[in-house]
Amino acid sequence: MAVSTVPVSTVPKRRSSALQTLGLGLFWVLIVVILLYVLFPFYWAIKTSLTSSADLPQTALSFFPPKPTLENYVTVFTTPSFLYSLRNSLVVAVGTVLISLVLASLSSYALGKFRFRGKTALMYIILGVSVFPQIAVLGGMYTTIQTLNLYNKPGGLVLSYMIFTLPFTVWVLTSFVREIPTELEEAALVDGATPLQTLFKVLLPVMMPALATTGLLAFINAWNEYLFALTYTSDDAARTVPVAIASFGGGSQHESPFALIMAASVVVTIPLIILVLVFQRNIVSGLTAGAVKG
Amino acid sequence: MKKTALLIALTAAISASAANAAGVSVSFACDSTGNGFNECKKGTDAWAAKTGNSVKLLQVPVDTGDRLALYQQQLGAKSSDVDVYMIDVVWPGIIGNSLLDLSKSVPAAQLASYFPAIVKNNTYDGKLVGVPWFTDGGLLYYRTDLMEKYGYKAAPTTWTELQAMATKIQAGERAANAKFTGFVFQGKNYEGLTCDALEWVASHGGGSIVDPTGKVTINNPQAVAAIKTIGSFVGTISPEAVTTYAEEDARNVFQSGSAAFMRNWPYAYALGQSADSPVKGKIGVAALPSGEGGKSTATLGGWQLGVNAYSKHPKEAADLVAYLTSSAEQKRRAISGSYSPTIPALYKDADVLKAAPFFGSLFNALSNASARPATATKGKYNQVSNAFASAVYNVLTKKQTAEAALAGAQAQITRIKGRGF
Amino acid sequence: MAISTGSVSRPRRRAGIETTRARTAMWLLLPTVIVLALVAGYPLLRTIYLSFTDAPLNSNSGPTTFIGFDNYLFKGEDGTWTGLLVDPVWWTAVWNTVKFSVVSVVLETLLGLMFAMVINSKIKGRGLLRTAILVPWAIPTVVSAQMWAWMYQDNLGVISQWGRSLGLLEAGQSFLSKTDTALWALVAVDVWKTAPFMALLLLAGLQGIPADMYEAAEVDGASKLRQFFRLTLPLLTPALLVALVFRTLDALRVFDMPFVVKQYAQETMTMSIYARQNLIDFGTLGYGSAVSLLIFLIIMVFTVIYVTSLRVRFD
Repeated sequence: MAVSTVPVSTVPKRRSSALQTLGLGLFWVLIVVILLYVLFPFYWAIKTSLTSSADLPQTALSFFPPKPTLENYVTVFTTPSFLYSLRNSLVVAVGTVLISLVLASLSSYALGKFRFRGKTALMYIILGVSVFPQIAVLGGMYTTIQTLNLYNKPGGLVLSYMIFTLPFTVWVLTSFVREIPTELEEAALVDGATPLQTLFKVLLPVMMPALATTGLLAFINAWNEYLFALTYTSDDAARTVPVAIASFGGGSQHESPFALIMAASVVVTIPLIILVLVFQRNIVSGLTAGAVKG
Repeated sequence: MKKTALLIALTAAISASAANAAGVSVSFACDSTGNGFNECKKGTDAWAAKTGNSVKLLQVPVDTGDRLALYQQQLGAKSSDVDVYMIDVVWPGIIGNSLLDLSKSVPAAQLASYFPAIVKNNTYDGKLVGVPWFTDGGLLYYRTDLMEKYGYKAAPTTWTELQAMATKIQAGERAANAKFTGFVFQGKNYEGLTCDALEWVASHGGGSIVDPTGKVTINNPQAVAAIKTIGSFVGTISPEAVTTYAEEDARNVFQSGSAAFMRNWPYAYALGQSADSPVKGKIGVAALPSGEGGKSTATLGGWQLGVNAYSKHPKEAADLVAYLTSSAEQKRRAISGSYSPTIPALYKDADVLKAAPFFGSLFNALSNASARPATATKGKYNQVSNAFASAVYNVLTKKQTAEAALAGAQAQITRIKGRGF
Repeated sequence: MAISTGSVSRPRRRAGIETTRARTAMWLLLPTVIVLALVAGYPLLRTIYLSFTDAPLNSNSGPTTFIGFDNYLFKGEDGTWTGLLVDPVWWTAVWNTVKFSVVSVVLETLLGLMFAMVINSKIKGRGLLRTAILVPWAIPTVVSAQMWAWMYQDNLGVISQWGRSLGLLEAGQSFLSKTDTALWALVAVDVWKTAPFMALLLLAGLQGIPADMYEAAEVDGASKLRQFFRLTLPLLTPALLVALVFRTLDALRVFDMPFVVKQYAQETMTMSIYARQNLIDFGTLGYGSAVSLLIFLIIMVFTVIYVTSLRVRFD
């Protein structure tokens, strides 16, 4: 079979080599078009951020900044409310990641390695929570946050973000824990280790790649969240980056603040892009796991 | 309670004069940026020096919608951390239930000196919950040079006149400036459109959306005629893009010299007459035109001072309010910051007129000011305003006829009313 | 005896171990369950309760009374029906959301499929391409909304400029400010942002198709087009379906991007935006909760259909 295929498959290839070159050319055109489409808006933001606000009305449509300047970046980094928002976002995102990873490690160990009644029901509930529309709990959670005295505080946001980071993290980690050979755990138990010791000393080191992936995705989600941050904070000093950037345009300034908005946007996006590019393989595998599993 | 504590801690840096050992410290949610803050501080400093008390000026959001949300949360939590609130003219119905009655705290003579319409607007359930501090009203801006060029002697007094004049000027000016347009206003779907459209409706004798007894009145022939008239402007004497204009967008077009007429608030005058303005010295201000069977109407804007019902120092807080809203302090603010006083007599004051000559025209507009139906609709004002603005917007964008849109608004506002405002 | 006790006690001990392990599992799960109850369970129950009341956001504005289904529908004194189910604005929001979801998900899938096939082909530079398409995905939603808002800006936006030179827009207009194009302008933003994500999901599916199946098809002389429809598409269907449903769920909940660009404008109001306006801006916590609950039910019905029809398994 294999021998006979060689002539059959090579003949048409030779016949259409000119056509193929053309096809390859078209293919490259397609790639360039895709690249332009995907990258142009970000390029446009960078270009705008390098134009001074005063020049913007005249040069908004030129494809290169005629007089590149960093003045918008200087302004952004000397605006206290923006600096507050960077700090708040960092605190909230890191807090969200740490807490959801700790909680999810504990529960994924239980869900992945223990047998008990009601496990399937619990998995269904967690899956259900992961598709909760945030808006459905917006009003109810408002009361919770006020009662717990967390309005206008990072803690309130960390708590509310659990609704979307925790189910996802538990899901992905559980499917990972299930794949870890039971022998590892049994060996530790035989040595007299408590379940917590087994989890932290034996399982967690093996789980590192999954922890990194889910932690990264939780970080990105928490960093980008808007609706809760908009609703559960009202003070400049408590707001996060998305809220700060979205409300940049709301002022009654006479000149268009878009150059500033673009500078702020670039500032908060570059770290994310670097993060995503460095960890792209982890992220792709994490996303695929999350999507397929729920 | 807690968030206000945080708020105060954060704003300690900008707090006013150091506490006098004997006095009480009154906290005041005033403007916290720009000119608003500066004028506020001058006034409170003077009061503090006079009484021996001190005033803490708090940091508040710039956006008034955000401010209202924050104050609603504070008052909802019965927080006592803010003593004096600066409140918008449409808020008394929304937060009035958490504010003190000040009718006994302000001298009777001072109370009698204010525009009666504002005092009425600020009265909630028979209580005076806000003392008028400064006011605003819609005005018609026009280009004096163009009026002369096209042979007009005076500003238009009816919408039909405005249409005729704008058509002629636009046709003439388009030759030199393709972007030139006859009339710009606030046509974006937001609170500003409610203000503009209320002026159109009221100036045709079509009422004010909801009457003082809470009856929904918006669907009437005069209102339909009014919305129809202005709707026909869009795409003729007004650009189609006017349906995306807020105050600043309209001002930018007018100030760059690309419009003959503009509806805007008093603030646009000082900016239009500033040194770098292309239309400096060419701006005239008049009362807005009227429609058939109506009289010129300006929508009432402006800010009041109210005292938190849960305040720990209600007496001092009320005293601060009485001081800041007094004739002397309003005169100082009018001269120093162009804030329109809420006392008619000040519009005839020579010192004030010298600093802000357009106050003469403003006075005529304000005497016929029409309040938005905030008192009648109480806590549901935002919803009513939104429903009305959306209906008008649908007419301006040619989605609906004026008849259908206002019939829809009538039904929608009746629905919002439900069992009562 | 000894043997028999041994044989009896071993299962007993095993049962003991099982009970201990079950108890340990409970302790391990407790923190997660508490947090989920706090952020999802309690708020949801409260939303359900509030949706049957006339509660205001500011508790001073009056007492909360139980009003049954009146937030949804009730007959006023003058005989007119009132409530969420007959509010035209709500139905506008539902219709907008449906249009937005269907069109953007279809376009994202087609475009994502194209991206995925290009990256999956054995040409040079596909790594670069794969990296590049991650950029829109990495940009925070609010930031990308502002970036596009700037490109759509009435006078200075580059897309408005293109629109003007194509004769589609008059001066001072943009696709975003014109009521009949605004929703489609937002679809364009969503497609740009999410097609790459779609591509990544589909790429995983494509890479799962064994290469020798294509070789076999080549042998049979099947054209590329035929290979795509007879081989690629059927084998990709499971991945495609999952991605489609996953994205539809997201699109039905959409809030951030349309809200940042157009706030509460009715021509682009989605269900979530309508809910927030009533909950927060209008301060009608009761009515807003009714809206939230309805959205929740719509999403849940959709999820149940998805789970049952795709037979998502846990074990």
